[in-house]
Amino acid sequence: MRGWMGKFRSLFLFSTLALILSGCGEENLSALKPKGYSAELLLDLMLISIAIMIFVFVIVMAIYVYVLVRYRKKKGQEDIIPKQTEGNKALEVIWTVIPIILLLVLAVPTVQATFDLADQSTQGDEGVLTVEVTGNQYWWHFNYRGEEIATSQELYIPTGERVYLDMKASDVLHSFWLPAIAGKMDTLPGENINTMYLEAYEEGVYWGHCTELCGPSHSLMDFRVIAVSPEKYDQWLEDMKNVDPEAQPETTTAQEGQELFNNNCMSCHAIGGASMGVGPNLTNFGNREKIAGILDPTKENLVDWIVHPDEIKPGNKMPANIVEPEEAEKIADYLLQLEHSSVGVDAPTQTEE
Amino acid sequence: MSTAVAQKRGLAATIWDYLTTVDHKKIALLYLYSGGFFFLIGGLEAMLIRIQLMKPDNNFISAGLYNEMITMHGTTMIFLAAMPLIFALMNAVVPLQIGARDVAFPFLNSLGFWLFFFGGILLNVSWFTGGAPDAGWTNYAPLSTTSPGHGVDYYVMGLQISGAGTLIAGINFLVTIINMRAPGMTYMRMPLFTWSTFVTSALILFAFPALTVGLFLMMFDRMFGSAFFDVALGGNVIIWEHLFWIFGHPEVYILILPLFGAFSDIFSTFSRKRLFGYSAMVFATVLIGFLGFMVWAHHMFTVGMGPIANSIFAVATMAIAVPTGIKIFNWLFTMWGGQIKMTSAMLWSVAFIPSFTIGGMTGVMLAAAAADFQYHDTYFVVGHFHYVIVGGVVFGIFAGLHYWWPKMFGKVLNEKLGKLAFWPFFIGFHLTFFIQHFLGLMGMPRRYWVFLEGQGLETGNLISTIGAFFMAIGTVIFLINIVYTAIKEPKVGGDPWDARTLEWSIPSPPPHYNFVQTPLVRGLDPLWVEKMDGKKGMTPAEPLGDIHMPNGSILPFMMSLGMFIAGFGFIYQVDNSSWLIAVFIGMGITLGSMLTRSLKDDLGHHIHKEELEADIKKGVGK
Repeated sequence: MRGWMGKFRSLFLFSTLALILSGCGEENLSALKPKGYSAELLLDLMLISIAIMIFVFVIVMAIYVYVLVRYRKKKGQEDIIPKQTEGNKALEVIWTVIPIILLLVLAVPTVQATFDLADQSTQGDEGVLTVEVTGNQYWWHFNYRGEEIATSQELYIPTGERVYLDMKASDVLHSFWLPAIAGKMDTLPGENINTMYLEAYEEGVYWGHCTELCGPSHSLMDFRVIAVSPEKYDQWLEDMKNVDPEAQPETTTAQEGQELFNNNCMSCHAIGGASMGVGPNLTNFGNREKIAGILDPTKENLVDWIVHPDEIKPGNKMPANIVEPEEAEKIADYLLQLEHSSVGVDAPTQTEE
Repeated sequence: MSTAVAQKRGLAATIWDYLTTVDHKKIALLYLYSGGFFFLIGGLEAMLIRIQLMKPDNNFISAGLYNEMITMHGTTMIFLAAMPLIFALMNAVVPLQIGARDVAFPFLNSLGFWLFFFGGILLNVSWFTGGAPDAGWTNYAPLSTTSPGHGVDYYVMGLQISGAGTLIAGINFLVTIINMRAPGMTYMRMPLFTWSTFVTSALILFAFPALTVGLFLMMFDRMFGSAFFDVALGGNVIIWEHLFWIFGHPEVYILILPLFGAFSDIFSTFSRKRLFGYSAMVFATVLIGFLGFMVWAHHMFTVGMGPIANSIFAVATMAIAVPTGIKIFNWLFTMWGGQIKMTSAMLWSVAFIPSFTIGGMTGVMLAAAAADFQYHDTYFVVGHFHYVIVGGVVFGIFAGLHYWWPKMFGKVLNEKLGKLAFWPFFIGFHLTFFIQHFLGLMGMPRRYWVFLEGQGLETGNLISTIGAFFMAIGTVIFLINIVYTAIKEPKVGGDPWDARTLEWSIPSPPPHYNFVQTPLVRGLDPLWVEKMDGKKGMTPAEPLGDIHMPNGSILPFMMSLGMFIAGFGFIYQVDNSSWLIAVFIGMGITLGSMLTRSLKDDLGHHIHKEELEADIKKGVGK
């Protein structure tokens, strides 16, 4: 009931409609199960428009059914010629004016919501987080402004407050869509920065998609947004700032893996730091929800990915066979033990519902 | 029928006849056959897409090939199937509806067809030369400008050539309707199909140049090193989106308006009533056409235009619902109080009303700019535009074909098979696309090669695929019906439906000069007016005399062939400059043909009074 029309939701068709629609889709993914301010605002707007449209549809269908039943030609009437009506001014006025009124009813909240979602009044204020988002073929980079840290594929945000996203793309158009929390915004190459904000109500791992065709692996450019309480978020920030990229792993295979990683992967990937490389930043990789945004975080999947990335995400820029499979296993051991922060690992994901 | 004549004259003569024809009725058939052919190709691509999306993580076709499929499905269906099928109806019907003997520029009519045809073939050749275009039918930069291979080059050249054909056809119909109307056929007596063709042609005139410009910029970026869309060199990728949609949104109305016209004629004929609110319908058509140019940016709500632009385009878009609503209600009230005869043509038209209303409703929902942040580029949009384009345009083409088939071929399509084709298509259509609205909101973006397991999208996608198979079955039955009708059905007279407009006052199919004597039009629904006065046919507006008709010409074919050859030259000169020879040969053929056309007088021929009198004795005049 936090939406701006929460008070009215019990009226009209809304409660029924909302009930029917909320049966659709998975938690933390579906736009019909909003878990954030924008998504809730947008669902309300959708419900208003659906209600108006159903109202119109029922009227059209009532006339339609009546006409088709009543005026079907019947046997023995073949020679009857119906009255050739020219039209009816009163009717024309009615079905012009009523739709205009209905559209105005829809237009007002539409314009309100459009301006509401474009609001940037608190951006840059003390304590308000802005994340610089960059879309790349086929991964997302998140740079936490003023914090000297960065993540890829998984965006951490505090719940209950606005987080602004300043978005652009490095290569072709992408679009950042987080249905359960907010809508979407395109990311453009060049100087154009698009801004939107997220406000998550609950802790959770939210599923996001790229929604602008960006090449063969467009459908595999998923990301996660992990919303945690502000206290946990501060803890996470602390953890991330204290990452030691040189830290020695415990097992020997992982140590060998670290060596291999430094020799083969560091030109594109980074651990720790805030700059965006050619490939994703791999800090805290051991706690990633998914490998490459789509694979379950098992060692087997990771080895597969390291050796044959092109078979998993066609057209992506990571070269295949950069290392032998045995070497890839060691690198996998190293990466999977990179657990720099345990914040968010217990956040509910949609599969637990 | 023409096949009987063909057998007498031999196949080669028939082919030559069609290559050189400038007769609007034969050009209609050319549009029908090639549009139908491309419709089947586009349908096949759709089936492959649906099979790929039948289950999660499917590997039926590869990611790259999938992007080629969606690009070619969209491009083929819009430019190479829907447009020519609409032109087939316009060519077959509009000159007859206004009492003309041909279009204003018969030579250009032929040129328009051949340009479209060779453009379409060029585009589809890409399948065999290393990959079709893969940047979506919208071809957004920079994915398109950086797409490897020549796929996007084929898109640019193919659409440029066929687009020129469309522009020519549009201008031709504008001039035809302004200048070629029979005496008494005032603007406010024109049948709605003619009216909507008129408005559509105006839309083509203003919308296609935007596409032409966009394609030229794209062509120079890809082939000659310019940087209109290259941000690294100071270009801007959003320019393409604007140019594309300044064309692309009116294009939607270019597709649907003629069929609004067809539905109006069909509802009126099979209710045996004049169209309810004729002047309101005309006004609504013009208004939709006008507003169609004011709303292109609603395709770009998420591109970052800001809340002011978004709000303006949102409200403008909603406004289109008003004239569309006027149309829906006037159709309903045309049937109100009538004698509804449920023929196949009427069945498709009646099915159109709820289908299109749903498409219009989701259109208004999409117009709510903020809510579009959720809908945009998801399956909600896919559901919406298929409801409009299949539920409106394709239903309309089926309805129009059933309705005017006797006028084009002299035989009524078998009614039983017609209805048998309708039901699986209709049911399959709703199965396929209704669920897609929900899939979109549940988190399925558009143009996804695979959807992953565990996102709750499995059932919906399976239902959608099953629906697609039903649609395929309906289409196959329709094709069977065409063959069956050609072989088995008897010939019919000029007016099999007891219809109202001028095209039904002449034989089916009409003689190549259409009207022995130009008819005198005495009101809206001129044939109905005469019938109600107890007359058998139209009153002539002129005495029987010689008729001047244009000669056929191979030049339009040659001009288009030249462009086709030059197209390959432009595409491949990037790899090897010796391909420029193809450009010179192709452009030489085109320009040479144009020169021939300019220098050689072709004054046409006369059909003499004696021949006409002989024809009348055989029954043509009635």
